[in-house]
Amino acid sequence: MVITGAGIVTALGLGWRANADGFRVGRRAFRPVSLFDVTRQRAKEAAEVDLPRALPETRLSARTMRRLTRASRQLLWAAAEAWRQAGWEAGGNLPLVLGTTGCGSESGEQYYRLALEPAPARRGQPTRSLRHQGQRQALDVAEAFGFEGPVTIIANACASGYNAIGHAWELVLTGRAERVLAGGYDVLTLLAFAGFDSLQALSTTRCRPFDAGRDGLGLGEGAAVLTLESLDSARGRGADILGEIIGYGAATDCHHLAQPNPEGHAAFLSMREACARAGVAPESVGYVNAHGTGTVLNDASEALAINRWAGPRARDLPVSSTKGSVGHLLGGSGAVEAVVCLMVLIEQWLPPAPCVETPDAACAFPLVREPRDARVEIALSNSFGFGGANATLLFRRWP
Amino acid sequence: MIRIFVRGAGAVSPAGWGVEPLLTALRAEAPTSYEPDPSPPPSPIRWERVSCGRRTGEGERSTSTERSTKEQVASRELRAPSGSRRFAARLVPAPAPRPAWLGHPRLRRASGISQFALSAALEALESAPGTALDATRLGIVTGTHTASIRYSERFFGEVLENPATASPMLFPETVMNAPASHMAAFLGCTGLCYSLVADQTAFVQALVVGCQWLVDERVDTCLVVGMDEAAWPLADALDHFAHGLPLSEGAGALLLARQPGTAPAVELQCITDAHLYAAAATKEPAARAMRSQLPAESPGDLLVDSRCGTPRLDRAEDLAWADWHGARISPRFTLGEGLCAATAWQFVAARAALTRGWARAANISVVGANLQSVGARFELAEE
Repeated sequence: MVITGAGIVTALGLGWRANADGFRVGRRAFRPVSLFDVTRQRAKEAAEVDLPRALPETRLSARTMRRLTRASRQLLWAAAEAWRQAGWEAGGNLPLVLGTTGCGSESGEQYYRLALEPAPARRGQPTRSLRHQGQRQALDVAEAFGFEGPVTIIANACASGYNAIGHAWELVLTGRAERVLAGGYDVLTLLAFAGFDSLQALSTTRCRPFDAGRDGLGLGEGAAVLTLESLDSARGRGADILGEIIGYGAATDCHHLAQPNPEGHAAFLSMREACARAGVAPESVGYVNAHGTGTVLNDASEALAINRWAGPRARDLPVSSTKGSVGHLLGGSGAVEAVVCLMVLIEQWLPPAPCVETPDAACAFPLVREPRDARVEIALSNSFGFGGANATLLFRRWP
Repeated sequence: MIRIFVRGAGAVSPAGWGVEPLLTALRAEAPTSYEPDPSPPPSPIRWERVSCGRRTGEGERSTSTERSTKEQVASRELRAPSGSRRFAARLVPAPAPRPAWLGHPRLRRASGISQFALSAALEALESAPGTALDATRLGIVTGTHTASIRYSERFFGEVLENPATASPMLFPETVMNAPASHMAAFLGCTGLCYSLVADQTAFVQALVVGCQWLVDERVDTCLVVGMDEAAWPLADALDHFAHGLPLSEGAGALLLARQPGTAPAVELQCITDAHLYAAAATKEPAARAMRSQLPAESPGDLLVDSRCGTPRLDRAEDLAWADWHGARISPRFTLGEGLCAATAWQFVAARAALTRGWARAANISVVGANLQSVGARFELAEE
């Protein structure tokens, strides 16, 4: 099972190059929130995407393109890059697996505000209600690239993206599909921002995953899409191969709806399962892209899980979280971090975590704090979410 | 070839908490072509432990019961905050008495949808005697359209009022996987647990995922739950497309396994391809394509469809099944548009019809509102 295309949209920019250049040096893409009013929130910053007015050329009509939500537009940019790179053509049955937590929430929020009016205008409301739904973004992608097939939208909170890619990997691995388009997305919305702010989970300083003085996460937005296919399919087409997914693990943490088990037990199970399915020991892993949100509870729990899973290997296993650069993209974070892992494997560097000053004592592993080149054959990446959703993917460099 | 069996089923609907109230409601309102066996077998379900509604037994199949059932699912109203707009709705009655399991720490503040989902799941588990349950090898897949919309609406309303005082207790309950998470915590499930979203077909997509896990031996048993809850913004949105169609709520659950269990065993014989409504494929060809993948009608076959009683919305399904002359039930006619819960009721009703000897096989047709058409077939497994 190989990856032949990857598309990415984050606050660092549109596309592989802009993002690789930013992640490589640990560039921080946060700025004051402009999408909605945050004057009465504790936190004031987020990693917003500069989204151009234009859209990539697809099969969508001008009328449809005018109606697209911010979520669909980001997803389309990412999908177009992956599609082009893979060289896939329209037609045929192609499963689509997406992860998201909010679907087209900005449209839903707009719908709700208007519906609250004593005598709301009906004009535009049916479209807003449809555009809010996750299946609409999926259909936008299917229509844009001209394919049909089963659509699976996984909403496993912040692990959604990795569950989506992991599920797609299993579809190819088991022979149920030869090719699958998979990814994750989420846009910044008032509901999510206010929600994390109400939990006092947003940093009011700078998001610093695994720093001893960390004070919370920073929200971001974006999308990433991968084209997954069997090796036979890729070779038969003469496609360029970007890398492999060799393992996927998923586990459920029953501890609390919004807090991880302090010992990180489900995170450990998820990493162990991914490695067992790949037949890989921690000693073979050259880099860990941690979930690393920057909250006190997540990072402490994840550090213990990594320590336990890696054992003696932890001593010199480079770990970083890229959420310090682009924020927590919720349903989009896993997919974006999958593309980051591909960048690491293809370009052979490690993405530093910006702003980390004093690593948390719980970390038995070295945090990547400065840009550096490295030889990495296998990268492991975690995504965890509310509800106890834990997912891990293992990527291998294509020789 | 690995076969998949439906070992248990559970439901919560506007008719009450359990499969029996659901069936009673469907029988009371069903078209005359649907004639169940007059003496169904007694329910093996231990109601007192699982469900919250009154027990429904054979003796209650009288006209007066049918009348009370109709009253129970009678329309109620949801109102927009301004009070100027009212929407017909069929809501799940409060459980009486309140079951002890609702006192579980994870459920004390949980939204109605989580309570519906867990009740249906527990009933599905209890209706499958002899199923060895290893929670670490139990998978959970849920399908929903809008998940915890009541808490989302409430929380967002508070944010618009003043974000500084919006409740931090509500926000985590708004995530779409909250019901599945509560189920997993209650059952001790530490393995695979997915929450899927889509139109009414999300439940069928969840069935597909559950079957894949079983075939791949990732799990030994799998709970597949369809669920949705009613709230005024959803009723308002539905009203734009089907004025007057009552929104409803609840959940339905199926317990899947690779072994048949006790007779009569129901086998999930097939799930059709998902026929997408992409640009070129509108509902009608998609519904026809779904129907063409299910077997032609045979004596003893039942059709459980997704029609809601609004001719414009039902047209594609009417055309797709125009050749069907046998027994047919449409749960949404009786119970309203319960979205993914209603799709789950279709499957629960189909299983019940087979286990009680009312039908030999059942085609289940789901023509989703705006994503895809997909169908399935249950058959009584041969000894």
